[in-house]
Amino acid sequence: MGQGLQNRIVILLPYLWLLILFLAPFGIVLKISFSDTAIAIPPYTPLWDWSDIRGFFAELDFENYTWLLEDDLYWKSYLSSLRIAAISTLITLLIGYPMAYAMAKAPKNIRPTLLMLIILPFWTSFLIRVYAWIGILKNEGYINIALEWLGIIDEPIMMLNTDFAVFVGIVYSYLPFMILPLYATLEKMDGSLIEAAKDLGCTEVSAFWKVTLPLSMPGIIAGCFLVFIPAIGEFVIPDLLGGSDTIMIGKVLWSEFFRNRDWPVASAVAVLLLLILIVPIVLFQHFQQRAEQN
Amino acid sequence: MSHNVFAPWDDPNAVPLVEIRGLLKRFGDFVALDHIDLNVYPREFFALLGPSGCGKTTIMRMLAGFETPTAGTVKLEGQDLAEIPPYSRNVNMMFQSYALFPHISVADNIAFGLKQDKRPKDEIAARVEEMLSLVQLGKFAHRKPHQLSGGQRQRVALARALAKKPPLLLLDEPLGALDKKLRQETQFELMDIQEKLGLTFMIVTHDQEEAMTVASRIAVMNEGKIVQVATPNTIYEHPNSVYVAGFLGEVNLIAGKAHRLDDHHTELHWAEGEPPLRIDHPLEGTDGVDATLALRPEKVSISHEEPQAGLCRVQGTINDIAYTGNLSIYFVKLSNGVIIKAQEANSRRLEHRNYTWEDTVWLSWRPTAGSLLLQ
Ligand SMILES: Nc1ncnc2c1ncn2[C@@H]1O[C@H](COP(=O)(O)OP(=O)(O)OP(=O)(O)O)[C@@H](O)[C@H]1O
Ligand SMILES: [Mg+2]
Repeated sequence: MGQGLQNRIVILLPYLWLLILFLAPFGIVLKISFSDTAIAIPPYTPLWDWSDIRGFFAELDFENYTWLLEDDLYWKSYLSSLRIAAISTLITLLIGYPMAYAMAKAPKNIRPTLLMLIILPFWTSFLIRVYAWIGILKNEGYINIALEWLGIIDEPIMMLNTDFAVFVGIVYSYLPFMILPLYATLEKMDGSLIEAAKDLGCTEVSAFWKVTLPLSMPGIIAGCFLVFIPAIGEFVIPDLLGGSDTIMIGKVLWSEFFRNRDWPVASAVAVLLLLILIVPIVLFQHFQQRAEQN
Repeated sequence: MSHNVFAPWDDPNAVPLVEIRGLLKRFGDFVALDHIDLNVYPREFFALLGPSGCGKTTIMRMLAGFETPTAGTVKLEGQDLAEIPPYSRNVNMMFQSYALFPHISVADNIAFGLKQDKRPKDEIAARVEEMLSLVQLGKFAHRKPHQLSGGQRQRVALARALAKKPPLLLLDEPLGALDKKLRQETQFELMDIQEKLGLTFMIVTHDQEEAMTVASRIAVMNEGKIVQVATPNTIYEHPNSVYVAGFLGEVNLIAGKAHRLDDHHTELHWAEGEPPLRIDHPLEGTDGVDATLALRPEKVSISHEEPQAGLCRVQGTINDIAYTGNLSIYFVKLSNGVIIKAQEANSRRLEHRNYTWEDTVWLSWRPTAGSLLLQ
């Protein structure tokens, strides 16, 4: 009896956590997205009025969402965010995979050190690391100085305040999130599978394509999600490194909240972003499970 | 020597398929293979036998190309393998850990090597079908390896290694996870395939009975060395050392000093006050050397009456009796405390057995029955 209760509490804990730290705030954001702006503190019509439940539902309106559909700024920034996040994820994968592979193939005794090196950047503030890239990428930055000194260029190359800088920033910042799950899958892979492939006539390269790569798929998927999802909503990197024509949904969100003080529209932007992300992920997992069962 | 006996190892003109010379393998300080010399001839079914960790898998991995020799050479079909990568060797290996590809089906696992060779589609399909029915897994063709039992997985691994019908097939404990009946069936299937296709098989097994059944020759290994290479019959009847005698089957060991009787006969003085045992075998060492008589239990007869003249004999008391259904094994204690096992077929029912505990009995055997071992 007591055992059963204990078990139930243990199971309940993560749900409670999710409820308090995710669902409740999300409910609040959702509610705000259905209200109107008002000159007040906070700047929107009250969250609930307990005396009048019927009035509460009557008050809900989709005005903010229709607004998002009408103004093409929002659509464009969603699309642009998806594009930037997708390209950055791909680049991160292309850089991260060989690194993770090399780490997994390294002698056992130096692997912990390599892992440390991957995690090391986290010891410095994210913001400072992004600022540091300004110093590297700007017109008088280290890259341009080096290229000019080598005589490769006469004029500095404009890198800061472009999409390129945003890609650099995202790839740099999120690389560890790609490498860690990839490393985890590659490291626990059974080396005798590669030997078996070679035994059956595969060269090193074809053994990689036919065995290593398909078997590291879970790591690839996990890594891509870990990079793609936060990259879509990224605000700091496009704000500091991007130009005025780099539009990303994180920036739009920020200016709705703080510049326009339009919390309801900002909330609607956030809710829509969540939907855009969650729906494909849920569908993907659904198909993944189905494929595994067959 | 007659022509229909398959014994290329006795033919000085026979060309070996595998030639291993002075093969040494070290892992750090540890010597895994210690100067191995070995010839394996085409169409042989060659068994490696030895305790765990003696280097059997290492020899196979050397032939497949996953280990490089520290010293010595390995030749296949006369060609030095040193520079040849695993994928261009005419060798397939069945891994001790199976190493099945978890992401593809049983049929695709079996077809893997054939597809790699770009064989025509219908040929691949036919071969996969053939292999599946051989290992009796037709129903499981579309399952993934993790949906199979241990024994089924082992059979997939076997089918995958066989699919390419390589001139040399290395089988690392191919049948260990199968039940006795399926194992025996598969043993005979393997012998059949090997014979029909004219392939050469090298098998590692822990099961001596299996080695005796399938092998044309057996190599008994110990601590990285090959102790004896011979036909199953020779290994069993004429082991070259106490180690080999003890490794295959049950054996009685009687230690003593060997004295030369004449060119063909030897005497073993095994205990004070007991008559020496005669052995119809020349003494290879010096007179009076320490030697051990190895005697299989089934060659020892037990009786209440004194055995007829001409047989070797000892007297003792029955210490214990083991009943295994078809056989009874009597543990007879001799005057010097040594226990000798005598094995009798249970041609009568248990109630009618003649011997019981503490009986004083005679044990006897022919002077040709044992082997005299000097090491
Ligand atoms: N890569 C390696 N590094 C260090 N030692 C190794 C390595 N591979 C094998 N060994 C050692 O070499 C010896 C022989 O190993 P091997 O795998 O050939 O044994 P085996 O005869 O196949 O044993 P089993 O019957 O248990 O399979 C063992 O003592 C093992 O510990
Ligand atoms: Mg082994």
